[in-house]
Amino acid sequence: MDRILRIFRFGQPLRPQVTWGDVVVLLGLAAFIYGAVRLGMDAPAVVQGPEINLAPGFLPHYAGLSLGRMFAAYLLSILFSLVFGYVASRSAGAERILIPLFDVLQSIPILSFLPVALLTFSAILPLGVAVELSSIVLIFTSQAWNLAFAWYQSLTTIPRTLQRASVMLRFNAWLRFKTLELPFAGVSLIWNSMASWAGGWFFLMAAEIFSAGERNFRLPGLGAYLQEAANQGDLRAIAYGLTALILIIVILDQLVWRPLIAWSNRFTMQMVSSDDPPTSWFYNVLRNAASVQFVHRALHRPLMERLDAWLIRVLPARGAIGGPPRSRAWLRVGLGFAILAVILGGVYLCGRMLLGVSLTQWGQIAVGLGMTLLRVLASLAIALGWTIPAGVLIGTSPRLSAWLQPLAQIAASIPATALFPILLLLVVNLPGGLNLAAVLLMLLGTQWYLLFNIIAGASAIPRDLQSIASLLQLRRWERWRVLILPAIFPYTVTGALAASGGAWNASVVAEYTQFGGRTLQTTGVGALIAEATAQGDYPLLLAATLSLILTVIIINRLVWRRLYRLAEERYRLD
Amino acid sequence: MATDGYLLELRHISQVYGSGEQKFTAIRDVDLALKDGEFAALIGPTGCGKSTLLRIITGLQTPTSGQVLYRGKPLVGVNPHATIVFQTFALFPWLTVLENVEVALKARSVPPKLRVSRALDLLDRVGLDGFETAYPRELSGGMLQKVGFARAMAVEPELLCLDEPFSSLDVLSAESLKGELLELWTTGHIPTRAILMATHNIEEAVFLADRIIVMDKDPGRVIMNLKVDLAHPRNRKDHHFLEVVDRVYMVLAGQTLPEHLELGTAPGEPGRTRALPHINIDDLTGLLEYLDTIPNHRADIYALASELQINSDELLRLIEAAELLGFVNVAHGDITLNPLGETFSEASIRSRKEIFATRIRRLPIFKWLLNLLRSSGRKQLEWDVVQTALGLEFHEEEAQRQLDTAIDWGRYAEILAYDDSSEILYLEPGGN
Repeated sequence: MDRILRIFRFGQPLRPQVTWGDVVVLLGLAAFIYGAVRLGMDAPAVVQGPEINLAPGFLPHYAGLSLGRMFAAYLLSILFSLVFGYVASRSAGAERILIPLFDVLQSIPILSFLPVALLTFSAILPLGVAVELSSIVLIFTSQAWNLAFAWYQSLTTIPRTLQRASVMLRFNAWLRFKTLELPFAGVSLIWNSMASWAGGWFFLMAAEIFSAGERNFRLPGLGAYLQEAANQGDLRAIAYGLTALILIIVILDQLVWRPLIAWSNRFTMQMVSSDDPPTSWFYNVLRNAASVQFVHRALHRPLMERLDAWLIRVLPARGAIGGPPRSRAWLRVGLGFAILAVILGGVYLCGRMLLGVSLTQWGQIAVGLGMTLLRVLASLAIALGWTIPAGVLIGTSPRLSAWLQPLAQIAASIPATALFPILLLLVVNLPGGLNLAAVLLMLLGTQWYLLFNIIAGASAIPRDLQSIASLLQLRRWERWRVLILPAIFPYTVTGALAASGGAWNASVVAEYTQFGGRTLQTTGVGALIAEATAQGDYPLLLAATLSLILTVIIINRLVWRRLYRLAEERYRLD
Repeated sequence: MATDGYLLELRHISQVYGSGEQKFTAIRDVDLALKDGEFAALIGPTGCGKSTLLRIITGLQTPTSGQVLYRGKPLVGVNPHATIVFQTFALFPWLTVLENVEVALKARSVPPKLRVSRALDLLDRVGLDGFETAYPRELSGGMLQKVGFARAMAVEPELLCLDEPFSSLDVLSAESLKGELLELWTTGHIPTRAILMATHNIEEAVFLADRIIVMDKDPGRVIMNLKVDLAHPRNRKDHHFLEVVDRVYMVLAGQTLPEHLELGTAPGEPGRTRALPHINIDDLTGLLEYLDTIPNHRADIYALASELQINSDELLRLIEAAELLGFVNVAHGDITLNPLGETFSEASIRSRKEIFATRIRRLPIFKWLLNLLRSSGRKQLEWDVVQTALGLEFHEEEAQRQLDTAIDWGRYAEILAYDDSSEILYLEPGGN
């Protein structure tokens, strides 16, 4: 349980108050998006997408492409996280800006950047590269923040005594990293990597199937394959595509993540052995394989020894805690002013472009935001409606959870965006067509956050409290009111927070799409963004994207964070 | 100066945290010298700055003012000839026992072969052979601390600092580890020239050390140096041994002062505000009831610690609270239950609360708090407001602890109420 839960609760709020850092971050973001949109103005009006071949023989090729993009983005995220975690944890000034920045970036619907990113890159790069690159950058933006947070948080929560011990032992930067920081962060980094990959699939699929008007930004890959299959109504190809996708995800899980988790169990800080350590058959095979041991002994260990010896020689040991006095203050101040000037300039130009947005268009944005909000709420309500009873049922019954959990895990591992074309195929001719499909897509993407959190909450209700409720002969409703609902409240809030984020994210893909040679759209801010992209209406694109981001941030701060704090302070059982 | 034979010398060491009105002095003007071949113990109540002093001595922390001399030379950065054994062991949980010791040598660029053999030898010496490949989580507290000692010895320190090394161990492990430490030290099997141990266990200090340096808090300072001229192995039942223990208790427990001095002044007024000792009221009543059962209602403080099986730090805090409330008198290391304390311990729950209420109303800090509440419009105050006001007398952490304690006592006495969800403090109706 723990395992799946950790993937489904990333993006937790950390800081309750709004600081001046938030303001700078928001302004900076506005300036940044303006810059991107401005660049995007030179994008070609017609973008030719690739031909997708539905023959099953092409699937390995497509799967390889999708996987490659994921991997590239992940690598980028790891590098970014290491650097920025260090910077943020070492410099108080950087910390004041970076932490709110990550915090905001983590909670905004990054997918609303997709059109902006695609336009920008196709304006400055050759087409083939542009779309690839923007998908990688987009996946990166969905993966990096929680990893960077995890690394930063680990660096700042290393127990004081271990830090002192490593100074006392005269560790240099390398030994510190290898012996203290990386192992301490290891478990958290691996869990967050899994979460990042799950999020990454969602974005990759969206990037592979995105097209608007004459601009077809599709990429050859599994997502495009699935869309083409649904487009042609080819059920057999849909089955092939889905099988390939699930297979990749399961294989990655079995051959990469589970072994990593089993291995990383030794990096937990707990001083007692846990009763039920995570296991992996593949890890056991590897550990016992003679060839692997040989490589470890003959190659890995001597090489590491050499590397250690060399790095210990070249890097000096760190002195007393507290460090040297800050130098080059003027450089920092200068840099700060330069950044501020760029931001203010960007904000000014951004404001000028926004003046070009007519009142009717602002009206459209407001209506669109309202409609999308309604959809998000609807999907959340539906999700809560079935996940609370189902989650409590599964969580309190070990027998049910034994066979339902694995099923739910597989279902949850399919990125909802991959299912979108298929969803469309099913509901496009029903009344409410795309509207229904949009809500369903949001639901598909978000219900798992809730389900797994509620299962965890229900299974964590202490046995003593359950017994006392039975002894007091509480009626069913009383039992829910006094025991179950309060007990699962923190988990439900955590789940709902992640779920609503996911739902907003899906809106861009869900509300506007090309299917069977037709353009389908419904009223909503996501549709507005896609439409503005199709028509090259850059001021509208900028206005809609900014409004969406601002709305989500405001809702997060005003609603979710308060609920979250209430849950943490009042209803935590442990 | 380098010829006076001191291994370590501290001159006028002070440590101040914060600035302006929030300034808090952790250590004030400490002078201390450690000779070659000496085993000294630093003892004192929680918050007297023992651990800070050890960090300053090893160079982990730079003091606000004052000088650290090592072999007559001013110390710059971390002292390469010193090391610390930590209370919480500070072992890397992801490294095996052997690797934990090895890494100390690795950081000093000892080549792999030599490293392993030296680490094995050290583990052998502390009696851990056979456990080399175990991970820390597989070992008991006592064994973990042995790894801690082995790792400290690995770098062959001249000065070994021990930061309450036995206080997270169970009694038996602590006993055996103390014996082994003494053996290593007295037989000269280790290159260590001096040991400095911080502890709040008085008996432990007398059992191990040649000299006891007694510190007091608010601000942290040295109040006494006491030589322990007893041959090893020392016998805890020996009356010379008990005499020394008694003397240390006498100094630390002090003696009940005339009331106006005992109570101190209210926050914000000139003079020192007496801090409320952070105790559990049930423990306090337990202590008073125990005193009530013994003849003459009088006990030796050092004997109480072993009788009640609590550590000396906790006992001293309980005694301080009982003294402050006027239930006991302390003099010459003895504690006596007075008639008021007797009445309290024999009273019903109801009347106990009433007595307690009248007693705490005398305390300046409570008078001040109740006045503050009465004069506020709706007879209530936010936690933060009170804490900020207390911040003028105490540093932040202590101010919080003071308020916690005040609320706890006030709730028990039913004169204060506190709502945790709104963080508001108010007067109990009828309790003003």
